[in-house]
Amino acid sequence: MGISLLTVCYLIASVTFILGLKMLSNPVTARRGNLIAAGGMILAILGTIFLYEDNGERLHNYAWIFGGIFIGGIAGAFAARKVQMTAMPEMVSLFNGMGGACAALISIVEFGRLRVRPMVSGGWTSYPPLSTLGDATDGNPHMTLGLPIADVLIIMSGLIIGSVSFAGSVIAWGKLNGRIRDVTFRGQHIFNLLLLLVVLLLAGYILFSLGKDSGNMDISQLWVAINKPMPAYIHVLFYIVFFLSVLYGVCFVLPIGGADMPVVISLLNSFTGVAAACGGFLYDNKAMLTGGILVGAAGTLLTILMCKAMNRSLKNVLIGSFGSTAAGAAGGVKEQGVYKEISLSDAAMILSYARKVMIVPGYGLAVAQAQHACHELEKLLTEKGVDVKYAIHPVAGRMPGHMNVLLAEADVSYDNLLEMEQANEQFPTTDVAIVLGANDVVNPAAKSDPASPIYGMPILEAELARTCIVNKRSMKPGYAGIENELFFRPKTSMLFGDAKKVLQDLLSEIKNI
Amino acid sequence: MENILSWISLHHEMIYIVILMIFLGVEVIGRVPAVLHTPLMSGANAIHGVVIIGAIIVMGKAENDNYVALGLGFLAVILGTLNVVGGFVVTDRMLEMFKKKR
Repeated sequence: MGISLLTVCYLIASVTFILGLKMLSNPVTARRGNLIAAGGMILAILGTIFLYEDNGERLHNYAWIFGGIFIGGIAGAFAARKVQMTAMPEMVSLFNGMGGACAALISIVEFGRLRVRPMVSGGWTSYPPLSTLGDATDGNPHMTLGLPIADVLIIMSGLIIGSVSFAGSVIAWGKLNGRIRDVTFRGQHIFNLLLLLVVLLLAGYILFSLGKDSGNMDISQLWVAINKPMPAYIHVLFYIVFFLSVLYGVCFVLPIGGADMPVVISLLNSFTGVAAACGGFLYDNKAMLTGGILVGAAGTLLTILMCKAMNRSLKNVLIGSFGSTAAGAAGGVKEQGVYKEISLSDAAMILSYARKVMIVPGYGLAVAQAQHACHELEKLLTEKGVDVKYAIHPVAGRMPGHMNVLLAEADVSYDNLLEMEQANEQFPTTDVAIVLGANDVVNPAAKSDPASPIYGMPILEAELARTCIVNKRSMKPGYAGIENELFFRPKTSMLFGDAKKVLQDLLSEIKNI
Repeated sequence: MENILSWISLHHEMIYIVILMIFLGVEVIGRVPAVLHTPLMSGANAIHGVVIIGAIIVMGKAENDNYVALGLGFLAVILGTLNVVGGFVVTDRMLEMFKKKR
């Protein structure tokens, strides 16, 4: 009864995951979708706690389970509530890392619990209970002892994928909040590839040597006949694999630039999904399997979609050739023309006497957390009769769609946000385009210069506006490491400084007019 | 060989689930607008928190004298819950802002 009820719980949970994900991809139903998936998750968790049986044996250690859920729940809810909207991406990354670590820990514990048991035809779903192991062998001398090799394989996969996801996510988190810098050295990719190869070879060796010990080298045997406990060196090797997987996760993410982190997080997200699915295999648990594989597949597609929005290939992001080769190819200094600066009061004057102003927010605005000041500026100008709109590039901010979230947080009306195509139609009739901390997404070279590394990327055509005011902290090239000729155009003037500070100063100037 | 075949036939249910879920996962989010990439990623992140079930099972099966399993299992439950709760709450917070403007 209990067990069949649990099966139903898992069935409902799986359906809510699918439904939730479906609804999350539509703006109208997204929030409800998230809540439905959360409801399914609660059902699955409670069902597992109270109904799960392993060969007729209920779970115990309830105090520990509830203690863990309590601590994790409070900490998770608190962190998620308190986090700044701009820090959202790194928060997601951190939570993803926790999931990966959870999967890796499950593998470690389950590996430690692997015992030789009587070989049963069929595989890992039909274990006799461990407690009867002694009787079974004593009473039946013909029964061969063995290790379920498929279990070992799945445990190893969960361990490797989970640890890579954990370590990678933590590094991504550190990079997004600026604690960790990009580290690159010559031959890094070769090193990473070798490291991965070593991890896989070691994991293969563990499987192989378990087989060899029994004189049965055929890995395709799903049970390995073995007549003694697992040798100690196997455990040592297992921990080495764990350690190297963590190291690989670190080395995998370290060379990738901060602006590419969203893609990496999305990729690691799908990794964790697969790691969770490994747990589903191990426990023959359909909810874990569906949830994990679903996220694994959707996450992979989402990663590709994100790359497409940036007009890059996944390979390009992961190999990270963008930053390094681009600087060399574009020659950096080649085009260092003259740019002109504009004073705050002049900028204030131009803005308040314009008819139509287009705000182009970018990464710099997100970093400076200037979205509220930006909204203030919009309100003030609107009061003065200026038509103010926002031009949102699909990859503006720190993550695709992030800018929309940020501006929504600052109460910017959804109607004032123009998508790229709409915005580009309106730039020619715009008096002032004010670019706040965006660079590559307004670089005309993407349209005109086939040699440019960002050639072909869709851009916001801010250069078509009558005047263009660009706010940046310095003349340093943007993420792609290339000069932006927009800054040297006669129509363009530069307004240097931190986006938030500049906007606040601009506000008081405009008020004084 | 025979082993593999019998393994497949014994676990054909799981294999069906895996294959169908791969297609479903791709299909279900196929037409998501770029605006929703971040919340969708966050929501998917919360859903793979289902790994918590594994952590609960590990914890619940740990023998009372197996301190390694108890300790690691406890840690796994905490981390898994962080993933689930944090993931859903963050996603809800993001989407709340979208909704207000509609």
